[in-house]
Amino acid sequence: MSWIEVGELAEIPRLGARVVRTAGGNIAVFRTATDAVFALDDKCPHKGGPLSQGIVFENRVACPLHNWVIDLQEGCAVGPDTGCTRKHEVKVEAGKVFLLPSTAA
Amino acid sequence: MREKLVLIGNGMAGVRTLEELLKLAPDAYDITVFGSEPYGNYNRILLSPVLAGEKTIDDIMLNDDAWYSSNGITLHKGKKVTKIDRRKRIVTTEDGTDASYDRLLLATGSNPFVIPVPGNNLPGVITFRDIYDVDRMLEASQNYKHAVVIGGGLLGLEAANGLKLRGMNVTVVHLMDTLMERQLDPVAGAMLKKSLEDRGLHFLMAHSTEAIVGDEHVKGVRFKGGLEIAADLVVMAVGIRPNTDLAKSAGLHCERGIVVNDTMQTYDPRIYSVGECVQHRGIAYGLVAPLFEQAKVCANHLAQLGYSRYEGSLTSTKLKVTGIDLFSAGDFIGDDSTEDIVLKDAARGVYKKIVLKDNKIHGAVMYGDTVDGAWYFQLMRDEIDVSDLRENLMFGQHHLGDSGHGQTNRVAAMEDSAEVCGCNGICKGDIVKAIIGKKLFTLEEVRAHTKASSSCGSCTGLVEQLLAHTLGGDYSQTPKKKSMCGCTEFTHDEVREGIRVNRLKTMQTARDFFQWKNPDGCQSCRPALNYYLLSTWPSEYVDDAQSRFINERAHANIQKDGTYSVIPRIWGGETNPAELRAIADVAEKYEVPTVKITGGQRIDLLGVKKEDLPKMWADLSRAGFVSGHAYGKALRTVKTCVGKTWCRFGTQDSTTLGIKLEKLTWGSWTPHKFKMAASGCPRNCAEATIKDFGVVCVDSGYELHVGGNGGVKVRATDLLCKVETEEEVLEYCAAFMQLYREEGRYLERTAPYLERVGLSYVKQKIVEDPSGRKILAERFYESQKYAQVDPWKQHAEAEDQGEFVPLSKIG
Ligand code: SRM
Ligand SMILES: Cc1cc2nc3c(=O)[nH]c(=O)nc-3n(C[C@H](O)[C@H](O)[C@H](O)COP(=O)(O)OP(=O)(O)OC[C@H]3O[C@@H](n4cnc5c(N)ncnc54)[C@H](O)[C@@H]3O)c2cc1C
Ligand code: SF4
Ligand code: FES
Repeated sequence: MSWIEVGELAEIPRLGARVVRTAGGNIAVFRTATDAVFALDDKCPHKGGPLSQGIVFENRVACPLHNWVIDLQEGCAVGPDTGCTRKHEVKVEAGKVFLLPSTAA
Repeated sequence: MREKLVLIGNGMAGVRTLEELLKLAPDAYDITVFGSEPYGNYNRILLSPVLAGEKTIDDIMLNDDAWYSSNGITLHKGKKVTKIDRRKRIVTTEDGTDASYDRLLLATGSNPFVIPVPGNNLPGVITFRDIYDVDRMLEASQNYKHAVVIGGGLLGLEAANGLKLRGMNVTVVHLMDTLMERQLDPVAGAMLKKSLEDRGLHFLMAHSTEAIVGDEHVKGVRFKGGLEIAADLVVMAVGIRPNTDLAKSAGLHCERGIVVNDTMQTYDPRIYSVGECVQHRGIAYGLVAPLFEQAKVCANHLAQLGYSRYEGSLTSTKLKVTGIDLFSAGDFIGDDSTEDIVLKDAARGVYKKIVLKDNKIHGAVMYGDTVDGAWYFQLMRDEIDVSDLRENLMFGQHHLGDSGHGQTNRVAAMEDSAEVCGCNGICKGDIVKAIIGKKLFTLEEVRAHTKASSSCGSCTGLVEQLLAHTLGGDYSQTPKKKSMCGCTEFTHDEVREGIRVNRLKTMQTARDFFQWKNPDGCQSCRPALNYYLLSTWPSEYVDDAQSRFINERAHANIQKDGTYSVIPRIWGGETNPAELRAIADVAEKYEVPTVKITGGQRIDLLGVKKEDLPKMWADLSRAGFVSGHAYGKALRTVKTCVGKTWCRFGTQDSTTLGIKLEKLTWGSWTPHKFKMAASGCPRNCAEATIKDFGVVCVDSGYELHVGGNGGVKVRATDLLCKVETEEEVLEYCAAFMQLYREEGRYLERTAPYLERVGLSYVKQKIVEDPSGRKILAERFYESQKYAQVDPWKQHAEAEDQGEFVPLSKIG
């Protein structure tokens, strides 16, 4: 796959997320306070909760279902919880967000 | 070059300080540690269960050699420091090893006290302090028969219990006539003695040791008055003395312990000290919980953050003898200025005594059933006026029912397989195993690692007791003030007061003002801050959607599969065919899989896709519905019964009253959810007495009830007052809600709020002060002007549907 433009950075709220719908399921695209963007499968490693719906702070998101905290850079739960969700490459150029969906399982 | 930090004393307090420091500033220092014991750092508390054969030395290691090396710490094991040269800033050990420092941390612990009697240095006479001592006791238990333990305090009894379990014949000698007299009153002491005697221990009370007899090895103990008993092993457990030798020899100011200030600094500003060797504001502590608080503060200053202070601790104690539950805190003996409440049920083996002074809990001692210990301790620490709780105080916080774990109250007697946390299915055995295996000390840690007590919280008391029982102290409650979250040292009350007084009107100014440690805050403080700002500045504050939990952000409840539920407001629970038809149409149009009547007399449309929400709301809105706020920390439902319109017993029109109440209060944000009900007569079919605000109609008017809830911990309301007109009901309701809105802490429902401030206080504000009541009600009406906007309609009509639709679709 190659980089796909998915929208404007401005369409994602700061300290928030939007989802990109794909054939392989939703991908959550997060935006931090400092405008860094991260993309993860919208599936919590715990019980599949939609991470895009969580509260974002620093480089982390708190899952809306049972409050696990997931690190956005690697997609892994912050200790002592364990488990990771798949991450995807994402970048911002001239205000536009580009996604490179990962195909690895 | 990095500064050099040297730690003397490789024990619990010192190493804890390093752990805290590494979390704050991993690279600040080159660290060197000296410890006179030949081990890494271990959990001294658990020496008792090791002696009793319930744990092994491996189980109790906290940090092994690998931990030191992976953190770049130089560890000198088995080396005792004998000299500190403060001018050259060098410490030197017995064998001449030395290290220079920029900052020095003294954590030398304490020494067991050995009573000055002849024979006290004979082989076979030992103390109970470290692994070496335990090894010697185990050795003795294999070769000898008779053990005498001098000292009937915590340590002595744990030693005695352990030696007995190892097969020795054990006699405990105590100078006083009550065991553990510093922790227990005579009644509880006698009950404890009885259960220990049932386990086969012998006691010699009120006996003073005159000499230890023997030539090459101890043979016996002789008491004043001439009695002599046989002994092959004598354990001295009569107390500890802060180990100040080294500090004194270096010329540091010491009294009973090494004197430190609130930043844990000694008189030499380069030298800090923590642990049992320390004397802070006149007190030397002998339990781990306060030492860990000291460690935290000390680390903060070593990391040069400089914002935290140690202000002393309140401690409570537990005996770690499997099968025995006891708890004590504060002054439980009392004097002329105090009064006691006592419950004694000898057949059940239960004894509780609470000492009150000026209507506040001054101390408590409990035997047998200790599950409320944490609650009493909290009431004591927070200096709560308990006059209003007094009737029920003895029966504990749970006497009205606590869902999820039935009647369990004897933690010590629980089977390992007994379920403690009903939400997450965690058993006693799992929790104890985690406390030991994962080296947990606090409630927060147990929550994080086991999930027990992390959901509905109804088992918190049990988990705290398990912690106390496993580790012997109370690790969840010691800090005198509880900060809002890890992002700040300030409490909920301080933050809210600061927002008001300093006129802070945005999230950012509030976080800057209080110097939040994490610039963004976290998932627990952000929603709280958002609420405080909103309730303080209703007309000005711009709500921060990203600081709201998803339910409030999306105005619907998220379900386990990521879909949402929609619950329209049904005023007072009364509806009509047109409304029902509209709901039915919406349900069909959006293929809602489940339609259900809720526990709150409304209709729930479950399984709605997020992107359908705005369209569905638009349809509902056209049919006249507004949001039911079933998702919010907000006014929820007003349940009603049919009342006098139909019911043969009805005394007033409770349905219409309920609708009026709901029209008045809908849309308001509250610290936690707020539920109401109006019943037409004392038969109370609307369950008004388990609501935050409940009205029970009577022939002569309306009884107003406050502070009830169903849920996790059922609490029936308290009667606030009786009024005569509907207008009054509405005004009192507005005033009460406003008081709670202004004073309730975020996520504190009216029940705990009421218990915290006391019913008398609320009566004083709402009932006895008519002008104050009117002012409160006015403030409520004012804030409602901005709050009564239907969020569903707003979102349905909004141009930006970003929250509800995907950013894009690909593939
Ligand atoms: C839908 C409903 C169950 C039902 O199918 O009947 C329900 C569903 C939930 N309740 Fe409830 N409660 C519902 C009536 C109740 C009632 C009964 C009542 O209101 O008369 C109670 C006990 C009464 C009370 O609150 O005093 C109740 C006590 C709780 C509690 C415990 C509150 C407490 O103070 O102990 C929670 C947990 C919490 O709020 O932290 C809770 C939390 C929840 C949550 C929000 C859990 C969550 O965070 O997701 C559930 C949302 C599911 C959803 O998405 O819809 N629910 N819940 C009921 C909605 C009523 C409504 O019309 O708005
Ligand atoms: C058997 C037992 C049971 C206990 N049970 C409980 C309980 O249930 N709950 C509770 O809260 N507390 C309990 N305690 C008390 C608790 O263990 C102590 O409060 C705590 O360990 C004190 O920590 P510390 O770091 O101040 O001292 P320590 O842990 O004693 O550490 C001090 C260390 O410094 C070393 N040292 C001293 N001088 C020098 C020197 N000059 N050079 C190098 N090293 C030196 C010592 O060898 C020691 O290893 C118990 C204690 C014992 C012995
Ligand atoms: S609706 Fe309430 S009681 Fe039922 S499972 Fe959910 S939170 Fe528990
Ligand atoms: S599904 Fe995310 S925490 Fe449970």
